[in-house]
Amino acid sequence: MSTLNTQHLRNYPQKPQQVYLYGTCLADSLFPDSGIDAIEFLEQQGVEVIYPQGQTCCGQPAYNSGYQDEAKAVALAQVAQFPLDIPIVIISGSCGGMMRHHYPDLLKGEPGITQFCDRIFEFTEFLVHVLKIKLDDKGEPEKIALHTSCAARREMGVHITGRSLISQLENVELITHDYESECCGFGGTFSVKHGDISGAMVKDKSENLVNADVVRYISADWGCMMNINGALEYQKNSLRGEHIASYLLKRTQHNKKQRGE
Amino acid sequence: MAAQQLDPNESKYAASARNFRDNVKRDLGNQELRENFRGAMDYLVDKRKNAFPDGDELETLREQCKLIKQRCLLKLPHLLEQLEENLQANGIHVHWAETITDANDIIAQLIAAKNGKSVVKGKSMVSEETALNDYLEARDIECLESDMGEYIVQLAHQHPSHIIMPAIHQNKKQVADLFADNIDGFAHTTDVDALIGEGRRVLREKFCQADVGITGVNFAVAETGTLCLVENEGNGRMCTTVPDLHIAITGIEKVVEFLDDVPPLLSLLTRSATGQIISTYFNMISHPRQSGEKDGPEEVHLVLLDNGRSQAFADEELRQTLQCIRCGACMNHCPVYTRIGGHAYGTVYPGPIGKIVSPHMLGLEATNNLPTASSMCGACGEVCPVKIPIPKLLQRLRVESVKAKHNGEPVMKGEGSGRKSIEAAIWQVWSIMHKYAFIYKTSMWFATRLRKLMPNKIGVWTSVRTAPKLAPQTLHEKVQARQNQQQYKQLQGGK
Ligand code: SF4
Repeated sequence: MSTLNTQHLRNYPQKPQQVYLYGTCLADSLFPDSGIDAIEFLEQQGVEVIYPQGQTCCGQPAYNSGYQDEAKAVALAQVAQFPLDIPIVIISGSCGGMMRHHYPDLLKGEPGITQFCDRIFEFTEFLVHVLKIKLDDKGEPEKIALHTSCAARREMGVHITGRSLISQLENVELITHDYESECCGFGGTFSVKHGDISGAMVKDKSENLVNADVVRYISADWGCMMNINGALEYQKNSLRGEHIASYLLKRTQHNKKQRGE
Repeated sequence: MAAQQLDPNESKYAASARNFRDNVKRDLGNQELRENFRGAMDYLVDKRKNAFPDGDELETLREQCKLIKQRCLLKLPHLLEQLEENLQANGIHVHWAETITDANDIIAQLIAAKNGKSVVKGKSMVSEETALNDYLEARDIECLESDMGEYIVQLAHQHPSHIIMPAIHQNKKQVADLFADNIDGFAHTTDVDALIGEGRRVLREKFCQADVGITGVNFAVAETGTLCLVENEGNGRMCTTVPDLHIAITGIEKVVEFLDDVPPLLSLLTRSATGQIISTYFNMISHPRQSGEKDGPEEVHLVLLDNGRSQAFADEELRQTLQCIRCGACMNHCPVYTRIGGHAYGTVYPGPIGKIVSPHMLGLEATNNLPTASSMCGACGEVCPVKIPIPKLLQRLRVESVKAKHNGEPVMKGEGSGRKSIEAAIWQVWSIMHKYAFIYKTSMWFATRLRKLMPNKIGVWTSVRTAPKLAPQTLHEKVQARQNQQQYKQLQGGK
């Protein structure tokens, strides 16, 4: 069934030699290893990865709080960091949604914005549609769940690409959890401004994931995972989310790390 | 009216919307209420899904209906004039009400002119908006809600918790208890059909006694001067045919240009709302009783209410709010609504549509908490049959809410009322820090080094989660280290 909005339909370029990586502020300070894993994984696919040291945050927190000017200053500073006409791969659907679908509005009238936004690709989207990747699963059989962020699902339409990547992993069984498409309750400042509502949402989400009886869940968004993992840890449950970049890297490589596990 | 009476036009809902946070606390803690909502919403979500087996057809229809509503809104002033003209030509009187008090006054006068003492009402959210029942009852006019859900909330002295299913917050046991307390001779049962039968029996008698019927309108057709009313219980038809006086009340945005605009909108409305291919009743009211006709009201009136709608209309982006056909799908799919229920909002219209429309009706000062109470998950925008970009409008309302003082024309009543200087200052610092990478990187360097000093309790976040832990090294540093290592290796290899 296709319920995709036309905004998801786009023309994909040929496989490039080089890409930029946008790491996002959350991965930068809290989960840097997933950024390194994404770089390593892309390099294994024969793509050179450039990580501009001047990148900070996409501006979403201020934007979603209604502080347009403050968000705009930060957004413009990001655009300036990516001068080459090559794809910008983002390891978060929500920051990807911000840069691809909200920058045109926020930065209306700035030169080159449309072209900039056209170069934005969410990580799984890039793997499936641009690299047309074929995965070779080398891991042990296991059951996992997938959590797709709302931005990835509804703005970027990339819940399908996450699924299709996992379906390529021969030994991995993807278990659908209850209310899979429902929001985890993060929503940036929402989780602080309306903590009780957000708390009720993440409680339900983490319970549904636990009930799926899986060894881990995978996501491409650290915002959601920070929220859900935090709730799981609070509940003293051992289930955790793992970034899809790290997961794919681990499943597809024959390395000491994995054999030693 | 006396000045100290606050704003005479301020709705009672402004006060309850200001209490949003307390309301949320109260209702989140009510387990039975939460189960009632979750169960009912799951049911409605499922019904809608089954009503649209073909996703492409759904998308085509949504696009078509969005364009219909946008076209009608573009011509709104003209269409309203045309509607008035054609209704009058059909013998239907038209009244304009700018505020809820204007609307209530007009209706009270119409009833008084007929010496009316009792009113029977079909479901009308706009009459909830004006709090018409309270207004008429204060003038000794009995108002009876005849829609089953509305009847239940009226008995319980509540107001609707959902725009399509007013009593959805109550389960059958609660309804049975309510009937037992209020209806003489009620034989206690929790059988849904029996409960409805019982309600019907009580209502039937009232229809025959009432002097006035009051209903809402789903579509007002400008081209033909026709009022369309969608309903399932036949009570709408009774209200519009049995009493001698029929008064319809609706918002100005309900006008459509052509009769041909109605079928696609109707099809999307019922399927999005309850998953029905078509409602059980679809009434088209074109004129009062004509000579030789055996039934129908002698007089038909339409009250067209503004109540903040023209404020939304004046702004091209916010105007999209008025595309709404009140199907309720956005609330059925909303994870916030599903948890806090309809009463917590404190407004007449709950859920996502309530968050975007209420600020125009009640002002942003009373409703500042509504646009922020969203995780921006987008479930509402995804299902909205007329493609209102609800998350985008929420974001816009957040901007209006925290807007700094300026000399230009205000866009909205209460704009800037949510601005707190401390919060604004934080975002300014945040902005500078993230605009200049060297400041950002230096701060992050220190933060990661001092991570042990991070508190592990951070307000409400850690009431259900552990605190996030900073990494020992940032990604920026790790990438740099990796590059240095690679260069070193290359140099070594090159030797
Ligand atoms: S905003 Fe859209 S989904 Fe919500 S009630 Fe209105 S038409 Fe229905």
